[in-house]
Amino acid sequence: MVHPLLFLEFFRKMLEPLHITGASADAIIYTWLVILLLLALSLIATKSLKTIPSGLQNFMEIVVDTIEKMIVDTMGEHGRRYFPMIATLAIFILVSNLIGLVPGFFPPTANINTTAACALVVFISTHVVGIKEHGFHYVKHFLGPIWWLAPMIFFIEIIGHLSRPVSLTLRLFGNMNGHELVLMVFFALAPFFVPLPMMLMGVLVSFIQAFVFMLLAMIYIQGSLEEAH
Amino acid sequence: MDFFSMCVFAAGIGMGLGAIGTGIGQGFAVKGAVEGVARNPSASGKILTTMMIGLAMIESLAIYALVICLIILFANPYKDIALELAKAAAK
Repeated sequence: MVHPLLFLEFFRKMLEPLHITGASADAIIYTWLVILLLLALSLIATKSLKTIPSGLQNFMEIVVDTIEKMIVDTMGEHGRRYFPMIATLAIFILVSNLIGLVPGFFPPTANINTTAACALVVFISTHVVGIKEHGFHYVKHFLGPIWWLAPMIFFIEIIGHLSRPVSLTLRLFGNMNGHELVLMVFFALAPFFVPLPMMLMGVLVSFIQAFVFMLLAMIYIQGSLEEAH
Repeated sequence: MDFFSMCVFAAGIGMGLGAIGTGIGQGFAVKGAVEGVARNPSASGKILTTMMIGLAMIESLAIYALVICLIILFANPYKDIALELAKAAAK
């Protein structure tokens, strides 16, 4: 399913020699757009830092402060170390979700490759954090409390851990892609005012999905941080 | 019935069945959360967060159904085989 109307459609031709088809090319170029947008925004916001913030700096401080508070609430004080990664993921996903509500823009998270990349980052970082924190004893996380049940628990735990990136990927992708498809169908049926309630729900879905992704990332990292029981 | 109308039927019925279970499950979850908030309004923040995680987990079931339906509709792996069979039947 290729988006019918996009502002940056001409990039599809530029990516043609790399054998990247329509929808993937859109996702790539809108990911770059989101990255540039966030980069420019943070550069402007931190250009002239003041003790008493105003304007953009104030807004960005509120955003960062809210995310930090959520991390401390969920993970405790030692969660502060993972703030940069989680906040980056959260803001990137939120902006990519919201950009899809502007007509002519494609949410990069409505492509399965973008969401899979985000989910793999979370998946790999949980295990890296676990190994860094516990060393070889991280294996205990997979063995369960009873030693003679360990061989069975091990495989169940492995399946459980592998299903995490799959569910993270599919949840975000399904929500955003489903929303995008519904909007497309509504625009095709009646382009005037009818898609508006759906777009309102899209705002809600964007915020909730970004929040859920962030929350699950925090919970997974927290799970590999704590001692095995 | 030919292959493609079967696909459309499968997608529609599958998504409907997926939505039933998820709807019931989410209804129970929200019921519990609302009761909790009604009894102890000061705990609403924590209940909201927990409910959101739970709802997202339950919702992913419907999302799996949606993804399967989208695969059936837009990226069907058996499309080429079905088209070849239809061509062979037409001959």
